Amino acid sequence: MLATGIGFAYQFADSFAFLILSSIGLAVIFGMMGVINLAHGEFIMCGAYVTVLSARAGLPLPLAMVLGAAVAGAIGILIEFLVIRRLYSRLFDSIVATWAISVIATQGMLIVVGPSLEGLKTPFGSFELAGLTFSWYRILLPVVALAILASLYLLFVKTPFGVRARATIQKPEMARALGVNTDRVYSLTFGLGAALAGLTGALYAPTMTTVPTMGSAFIVQAFVTVVVGGTDVLLGAAPAATVLAFIQSLLTASNGQLIGQVGLLLTVIVVVRLMPKGISGWMLKGSE
Amino acid sequence: MTPNTLVHSLVAASVAVAASVAVSLSPALAADPVKIGLLEDQSGNFAIAVIPKIQATQLAIEEINAKGGILGRPVRLTHYDTQSDNTRFQEFARRLIQQDKVDVIFGAFSSASREAIRPIMDRAKQLYFYNNQYEGGVCDSNVFVTGAVPEQQFSTLIPWLMEKYGKKVYTIAADYNFGQISAEWVRNIVKKGGGSMVGEEFIPLSVSQFSQTIQNIQKAKPDVLITLLVGANQASFYEQQAAANLNIPMGSSVNVGQAYEHKRFKPPALKNMYVTANYIEEIESPASNDFKKRFRAKFPDAPYINQEAANAYNVVYLYKAAAEKAKSTDMKAVRKALESGDICTDGPSGKVCIDPKSHHQSHTIYLVKVNADHSVTIPKVWNDIKPYWLGEAGCDLSKKDDTSQYTPSSPPKK
Repeated sequence: MLATGIGFAYQFADSFAFLILSSIGLAVIFGMMGVINLAHGEFIMCGAYVTVLSARAGLPLPLAMVLGAAVAGAIGILIEFLVIRRLYSRLFDSIVATWAISVIATQGMLIVVGPSLEGLKTPFGSFELAGLTFSWYRILLPVVALAILASLYLLFVKTPFGVRARATIQKPEMARALGVNTDRVYSLTFGLGAALAGLTGALYAPTMTTVPTMGSAFIVQAFVTVVVGGTDVLLGAAPAATVLAFIQSLLTASNGQLIGQVGLLLTVIVVVRLMPKGISGWMLKGSE
Repeated sequence: MTPNTLVHSLVAASVAVAASVAVSLSPALAADPVKIGLLEDQSGNFAIAVIPKIQATQLAIEEINAKGGILGRPVRLTHYDTQSDNTRFQEFARRLIQQDKVDVIFGAFSSASREAIRPIMDRAKQLYFYNNQYEGGVCDSNVFVTGAVPEQQFSTLIPWLMEKYGKKVYTIAADYNFGQISAEWVRNIVKKGGGSMVGEEFIPLSVSQFSQTIQNIQKAKPDVLITLLVGANQASFYEQQAAANLNIPMGSSVNVGQAYEHKRFKPPALKNMYVTANYIEEIESPASNDFKKRFRAKFPDAPYINQEAANAYNVVYLYKAAAEKAKSTDMKAVRKALESGDICTDGPSGKVCIDPKSHHQSHTIYLVKVNADHSVTIPKVWNDIKPYWLGEAGCDLSKKDDTSQYTPSSPPKK
């Protein structure tokens, strides 16, 4: 009984962390800019590659992870400047363009670095509780996920950058008239989204195989969380991940991974049917 | 398109130049080239395991061309990158048959992709070699198989593991035809050996997070864990089970031999993993060392020479032997020669032969053990294991045409 309870809590937290971290970069870029970034997985892959390569070159793991996020963010800013900037308010064009970037990044990495990298060992070891063994590192991941959500909230609500960013999203012309450099806001927001995706890759790099296609492992969870989260993506991410993680870990524990995935996708269909604007749309209904 | 296509057209062009030089020097070589089509995943989910296959095919063809080709004709390779995508397989299979009009087709990694192109081969009566380890049971007049099958890998591995560690077995397998049918074999062999299955889970190929699976295994307390996981996503299981300190001896028919996980993961992720493979790079024998030397001379940067590289290499020589016995590249004649029972080649793991009844190949099977530091030892070798199951079950392609895939629970109708 105890083992079942502890086991479930651990699985729920693990699943929650994966959903939040998979989706957060996508959520920032989609929520703040309205750009559907199909190269999201490749920013994750980029963060993982930089982390693995720099950690193997001798950099301590936490620094390697920060570097992974920073490089992904820098590439994000560059791509925003070269491609995305030209495609604002052209939703379908930006989907095709980011998809092309995704294909180029995956195949480019395969050609330049090869099909696989020797991975990193998961740090911190394991512990035993109620007859089950758990990895310490995977306890840390949900904590980091919550910390990221909290810092994003503070960033967008409490800082001048956050105020300008939200102004730019709501009424770009008005923001410009008031002297906000909207180009710079877009550029930094896209960079932030890319850096968060890079951080996700960095955090999962020690637990996964580092291959050029690894980004695809996050994509379904990322889009599912953003869709269920709904209109206000940042507000919706945490409740969406909570609901989805609960259903997924419950079904996976009782019926295995396949049913867990089926349950995840069915939940999306049900949520979108009942709340077309997602969980955040439903939450904000009263305030409008 | 990609630089790879560019390289291929350069190679093709230089072969063409070489051929025209040969024509002017010796009229005996004036014949048309023997056209070999290759469908392999140079990119996508399976590229890790497949790139060594492509290299091995290129090596064998280069060697054969340097020694005068097949039937005195130069060999020309047409390779399309199938991108780990079943639709691409079908598209390029049709192109090889209809436009390129190749004499023979080699390739495919996943069983899903093989099943995607097999009907196309059958409709065109195209001679096709599946050069890969798989779940067994394909009894097809147009198809020859040079990879190892369950009776070669599981009826050796599982009794050995149950003897050493105990009789409670848990299987996790990739959720598609390969994993499902392989798991059925495991189940049958465990039961026959007096053991019991304490758990079985089929996992979609897209899954990369295994915490729950690891917990379910811990609760069932098996003596042996059989992992039939496929592709880059599922490979993440090994690091995650090591991080959670699962610590149960593992057995597999696909790991190490295909995607060299023991080289790619930090030790001890694969500690106590046992694999029955028909070849891996660590095998020390005159034939293997000679093969490695030639392979490394042509591809010094190759990350690993895997089991499927040996299978892909052998295919080219088996085809050469058959075409030369038939004195023609006519597909019917070559098939007849392959069914004669004496088509063999001395490959990296010794002499291997084609079985006329099932169109499968005999193998030397090595039991590979991965140690805590990821070095490997080979506690046991089984010589010349025949692909006996299809023949015993009633598939005899030398007498009766067929295009089916059979499993232990749905064998050929007697």
